[in-house]
Amino acid sequence: MTKVKITIGGINKDAGSSKEYKTGGWRTMKPEVDIEKCIQCLKCFDYCPDGAVKKTEDAIEFDLDYCKGCGICAKECPVKAIVMKVEEK
Amino acid sequence: MGEQKGLTIQGNMATALGAKLCRPDVVPAYPITPSTLFPEKVSEYIADGELDASMIRVESEHSAMSACIGASSAGARTCTASASQGIALMHEMLFIASGMRLPIVMAVGNRALSAPINIWADHQDTMASRDSGWLQFYAEKNQEGLDLMILAFRIAEDERVLLPAMVGIDGFVLTHTVEGVKAPAQEDVDEFLPDYEPPHGKLDPKEPMTFGSLGTPEYYQELKYDQVKAMDNSPEVIDEVFDEFEEKFGREYNRITPYKCDDAEIILLTMGSMTGTARAAVDEMRENGEKVGLAKLTVFRPFPGDLLKEIAGDAKGLAIVDRNISPGYGGAVFAESAGIFINEDKSPLMKNFIVGLGGREIFKKNFKEMYEKTKEAVEKGSVDKMVEWINMDEEVMR
Repeated sequence: MTKVKITIGGINKDAGSSKEYKTGGWRTMKPEVDIEKCIQCLKCFDYCPDGAVKKTEDAIEFDLDYCKGCGICAKECPVKAIVMKVEEK
Repeated sequence: MGEQKGLTIQGNMATALGAKLCRPDVVPAYPITPSTLFPEKVSEYIADGELDASMIRVESEHSAMSACIGASSAGARTCTASASQGIALMHEMLFIASGMRLPIVMAVGNRALSAPINIWADHQDTMASRDSGWLQFYAEKNQEGLDLMILAFRIAEDERVLLPAMVGIDGFVLTHTVEGVKAPAQEDVDEFLPDYEPPHGKLDPKEPMTFGSLGTPEYYQELKYDQVKAMDNSPEVIDEVFDEFEEKFGREYNRITPYKCDDAEIILLTMGSMTGTARAAVDEMRENGEKVGLAKLTVFRPFPGDLLKEIAGDAKGLAIVDRNISPGYGGAVFAESAGIFINEDKSPLMKNFIVGLGGREIFKKNFKEMYEKTKEAVEKGSVDKMVEWINMDEEVMR
């Protein structure tokens, strides 16, 4: 995440800047999908509390800017296409 | 320079007049004894067309301080008044005002905290807020209440400070007591206190900004440090502004004011209205050849440790008088004063006296007793009892 200089009283002069705040940095585990196994049932999409699963042409992908690594997607995947891996930082 | 007008008014009228002379834009307030007359007087000023300000009648003190925060964020010069339970109820918002660096000024009628419910003079209400990041000023008399309102705005709004400030006048002893005061002329206050233009940003729909946003662990500590640095910078600003005020209006203010301290072996340290009585006691003791002095705290936050060291560093004994109590330790002024001397080679013996809680009278004889007890400790070379309660009624004790 890019660091910004603090301001007096923490005033942020750019309104609407919350979009720039990427919460994916909280994560310790990272999901990985095996696109060969994925049947595109989209259970992971339904269950993801952060809306961090996106459908692609032939499988799914994760929005790592917001994925917190909770692992619900891996737990719910009926074909075990998603595995959680420790993320090196 | 315009002529200063002589008036005979109550303490709340003095702080309200001080506030009015500062031309506040917004005054959100919820009335509470003993500071009720402040919002009453301010609404009268507005109704009579003497003050062009918005008075917001809120449903609680929590809302009063919340409205102050909003108004000040929008660049309005903002003040309010409260006391006791009211300050306790706005406690949460006090930290937000200082953290957001908003120079709000609050006139306080210092009063005890419940239980038991009590409406009389006591410093517990503001002492319980001492860590809230507000500057704290205490008046000895109504004139100081008036002047300190003007001084508080000027100091709080200084670019090097930008912190909220409380001005305490003792409940009833000052808030409801009529005294003579001199009111500076409006044009002179206008000159002393220019319009407030927030240098750090203001709420404006035309130029949107985010106020009071989240401070994650990556930023919180630096933001707090920055806020505390402003408090640490403020003594310089306070001294500068006090000097300028004296030059312009002829009344002297100091963070601590010494009285007959030069050759004093024992010094009494007081705050608020009790100081007048202590001064009279010191005069009487001096007549009897006792080497006693008095130091009056006007600024409690930031704590003027540098000046206390200068004034009391060579004394043999320091009697610290507290109109508040932190259960499990002692008075707040004592705790602060003791801390100042901790790394010094030389320090006076210190005793703490708890007096005047919940409006209990404080007499000259009480100060003489404190002096005698401190003198005894000095002669013995040690302090047996660090914290002593004075003027206790044995008849009602169980």
